[in-house]
Order: sequence, then C-alpha cells, then structure tokens
Amino acid sequence: MQREPLAIRSIQMISGIVLIVWLVLPLIPLAIWSFARGWRFPALLPQAWSLTAWDYTLSDTAGVLDSLWLTIWIAVCATVLSILIGVPAGRALGLYKFRGKGLVELIILAPVIVPGIAVALGIHSVFIGMGLTNTVTGVVLVHLIPTLPYMTLVMAGIFANYDPAFEQQARSLGASPLRTFWHVTLPAIMPGIIVGGLFAFLVSWSQYVLTLLIGGGRVVTLPLLLFNFVSSGRNDITGAIAMIYILPGILILILTAKQLSGRSGAVGGFGRV
Amino acid sequence: MTHVSITNLSKTYPGAVAPSLDKLSLEIPSGELTALLGPSGCGKTTTMKMIAGLLEPSSGDVTFDGRSILRYKPENRGVVMVFQNYLLFPYMSVAENVGFGLRMRKVPKAQIAERVARMLALVRLPDLGARKPSELSGGQQQRVALARALIVEPKVLLLDEPLSNLDAHLRLEMRDLIRGLQKQLGITTIFVTHDQEEAVVLADRVALILDGQLRQYDPADHFYKRPVSEAVARFFGGQNFVRGRSEDGKFQSILGALTLPDGVAHGDGTLTFRPEAIRIGAAPVNVLSAVVTDRLYMGTQTRLRLRVGETELEAVFSPDLVEGIAAGQTIQINLPPQCLWVMT
Repeated sequence: MQREPLAIRSIQMISGIVLIVWLVLPLIPLAIWSFARGWRFPALLPQAWSLTAWDYTLSDTAGVLDSLWLTIWIAVCATVLSILIGVPAGRALGLYKFRGKGLVELIILAPVIVPGIAVALGIHSVFIGMGLTNTVTGVVLVHLIPTLPYMTLVMAGIFANYDPAFEQQARSLGASPLRTFWHVTLPAIMPGIIVGGLFAFLVSWSQYVLTLLIGGGRVVTLPLLLFNFVSSGRNDITGAIAMIYILPGILILILTAKQLSGRSGAVGGFGRV
Repeated sequence: MTHVSITNLSKTYPGAVAPSLDKLSLEIPSGELTALLGPSGCGKTTTMKMIAGLLEPSSGDVTFDGRSILRYKPENRGVVMVFQNYLLFPYMSVAENVGFGLRMRKVPKAQIAERVARMLALVRLPDLGARKPSELSGGQQQRVALARALIVEPKVLLLDEPLSNLDAHLRLEMRDLIRGLQKQLGITTIFVTHDQEEAVVLADRVALILDGQLRQYDPADHFYKRPVSEAVARFFGGQNFVRGRSEDGKFQSILGALTLPDGVAHGDGTLTFRPEAIRIGAAPVNVLSAVVTDRLYMGTQTRLRLRVGETELEAVFSPDLVEGIAAGQTIQINLPPQCLWVMT
C-alpha cells in the first residue's frame, strides 16, 4: 500500500488522539474508582486499594447480576424483534418502489428525529391501557422505537445493493422459496443483519429514559441501577458497574471494526460481485 | 426429449396500456435449439420468464409434451433458466455452484461430487472447482452457469442472451460448446437475443418477435432469402425494397421488368434482395445501369450506395472487387433471379 502524504497522516494521528481522549479518558477514573478505598481530592491516585466494590457488585445481594441478565435479555429480545421486522421492511424500502414510500421512510426515521421522551409519553398512556407498563414485555416493545430505525435503514442499504434475480435463479435451479431464502438471500444479507443487530443490541442496552418511563422503576436494567448508585454517592460501586456496563460496547466495537471501516463495508448484498 | 408448445401466450403488466407480449404461439420441436429474436423490450425475456415460471402469464398456455406446466412452481417445472449475467452465487465455490441444483434435490453428497466433476469436465473447466466465481473470467463464468443448469438434466433449457456478454473471439468457442452440448444431451433449448447474428449462428430455428408479436418463425437462412415482410427484412439488414407487380415470371416496377425465379405467385408486392446479392457486370437477364452515389469501406467489405433511375439501392461487395470504382461513376450491375424475393 502506498504511504499517504504527511499532512493526511498527521490529521489521522490528531483525530485518533482526540477520539481516544474523548472516549477512553473519561473511563479511566471510573476504572480506578472501582478498585479504590477512599480517593480524596487533590490526590492523583487513591490512598488505598481494595476489591470491596467488585466483591459487592458481583455478589447476589447487590442485584447487579440479576440486572445484567435482565438487560441482556431485553436487548436480545429487542434485537431479535428488530431483525424480524427490519429485514422485510428494509427489503421493501431497498428493492421496491411503491406509493407512499417517502412517507414510510419519514415515519421510520421519526423516532430518531423526534425526542424519544415525547414519543414514549404518548406510548405510556397507550401501554397503561394495555397493561404493558411495569412489565419486561412493555420495555422490550418500547425499545423497538429506537432500535427498529437502525435495523431498517441498515437493511434498506443492504437490499439497495441486492439483486433479487439471484432468488429467481435459485428457484429455477430447484430451490423452494424457504431454501432459496436460507441458501441465497440470507448469506447475502448476513453482514447487514450482524451489523444492524449489534447496533440494535447496543441501542437497547443503553436505553435509560424509555426503560424508566415504561418500566416504572420495576424493570431495573443496568443503566437504571447505575444511576441509583451514582445518586447514592458510591463512586467505587458506580465504577465497577460502569465497567460491566461498557463491556458489550467495547466488544461489539472490536467485532465490527472491520465491517465498519472501509472496504468490506456494511454493504453485503451482491452489489459488488 | 420434450416438445414445447406455446399457445396464445400474452402478458400485460399491471398499469400498462399495450401488452408486452401479444398472443404468441410457437411449436418448438423436441431437441431443437430455438432463438427468440427481437429488439430490447419486445417481450422475449417476458416469454422466457413465463416458461420458467418466474412470471405469471395474463393468458395463454405453455405445454411440455401436451401437458400444461403453468400450474407448476418454478422449482418443479423441469425448466432451468440461465440469466444473461450468469448470477453465480458469489460466496459458493464453482463446484458448490454447479452442485446447487442437485443439493436442492437432496442428492447424496458423494454422488453430487462425482456429477459435478463430470459436468465441469464437459464444459472444459475440470480444475476450477475450488475457485470462487469472482476469480473466473466472463467466459468461464458462463460455462459454470451452463454446467449448473445442465447438471439437473432439465427438460427445457432457457438461455438469456448467451453470447452477448462475450468478446468476439469467445463467441464462436461458446457457440460451439453450447451447440455441441445441446445436441449431445438432446435438451430442448430456447434462448433469447436481440442480436440477429447471435440467433443465426446458434439456433436451428429463429422466432422473430417485433412489437410483442411473432413475425416469422423459420430456419435462420429464410430470414435472409425469404423474409415475410419489409420489417423482418430490415431487422436482418435488408435495404432494398421495390414496389411493383409480379406477372408471368417477371416483376414489373420502376426498375423495368425483372426476371423472377420460378414459382412466384401473381399479384402486387414488394421485391427485395440482399445487399450482397447484387453483382457487378453483364449477365443474360436483370442488367441495370447504376450511378454510385457513395462508398463506405468497412474492412472486410465495401458498401456502395447506388441509384438506378429514382431508386436507391444498397450493395455490399468484397473490397478488392470494387477497388477502382469511385463515387459518381456509372456501373453495370445485375440481379441474379434466384436472389430475388417478392413479399405480398
């Protein structure tokens, strides 16, 4: 590969540093806090170290682990539902022209544009009537508001690059509709499902307002629990929970870095065969 | 061996005013290679997809050996269509692509491997099974697509513009391969093309479709020697048309009385002859005096534009035959009677 000119390289380096400072630096004090026993201003490092916070966080009494499993469960459900709805919706938007397509696109994008809390307040009153408030089901459903647009838009992009003639070819060669989907469509759109699904997972994972509103404080996911400890002033436990909380984000970033950066791209489809 | 019969097949797309295909009827004899020829948008690919079951006809019927196939799903018809851009599955190897149809039919793995190897040898790609389609040249991809279709032993094979994506030197090679395999396996084959040359070199018979209607269905040479109408003749590069009347073996027209071959019926009609039918020099009959108005050197041939009285004619010669003839010169030409054809 050819080396880029100095100017571009230095810009890349500077933006890399800014990104690290921006994203990683704020996490360092939290990480230190989780191992600290007493850390008073203006000391640069804690006076003493301990594993008490981690002990407590990982114990059954703290409820952190229960909350962790609940958060994972809700995020997985929201992701699976997003895939089930987002793939056909993305196919319709990416492949076909139909009357009112612009309106549908706008409605799908709306939750991203309109403040989530405004939408959630409206949904809240509907969910009360349906008995869905204070339930995990209700929380999963309300998480679809922010996750579904991501999934649908990613899949619309994938299908815009997709040639449905491959499906006709498979049928002509003797594949039933189901096997055509399994052997031909699915491999082609898999990159999109993975990337869109991971993002849907993360978006659900980081929901605070929607969970609080619909869950009514009964459905305590990690961000809610985290906020409880923040307001109670337990910096060490907050740090430990925060470490657990950011873990999936970092894992997903590492897993998808290749997909998101350039060549392989989150494009999929058959577009560039 | 399957005899394909198409009866009054029509397709009107929703919202369209005119049908894309209007009452097409064709009998395709078992084991023959037939071309559906026509300009883009004439309904030929529509016809193909209706035979393959990928498109629902508006009306009409398609039968194989007398039995209608329209109620069968595409995967159960015994028809395989090979698309123009080959559509090899990109994430499968060549061998997996070729074996796809057998896998869908739940043929045991060992048997698939054996048949794939045999089929790849048949299309002369014996060592490329492990490659990915993206690593193949266009000609190789086409052969893989052909192998993938033939391996399931279809009753009817459909090819969409089989030669049009290939370079000139590959076309003849592929033509020989397709014709060879088709005759060897005896599969009734229909292909569509917009290229009359492709149709002529590949097909036993050509069905010319213009504006959604079948105009002529004959062996290829008939389109040159005996076109049924001016539109058909023009599609095949015919340029010379003279209106007049056939009487007692002569054609009376603005060109005078021209001697016709035996057996031409009496009546009004249009005389036509190929640009390459015109000869230079004297002859016992049909001699005309023509002014050369233009000449165009085209490498392997030279086209002359001629004027006989008020009539413009187009002639094609071997370049060395007309080397000394310049525009503006008057030359003697003759029209051999066996090259004349009257359309009524």
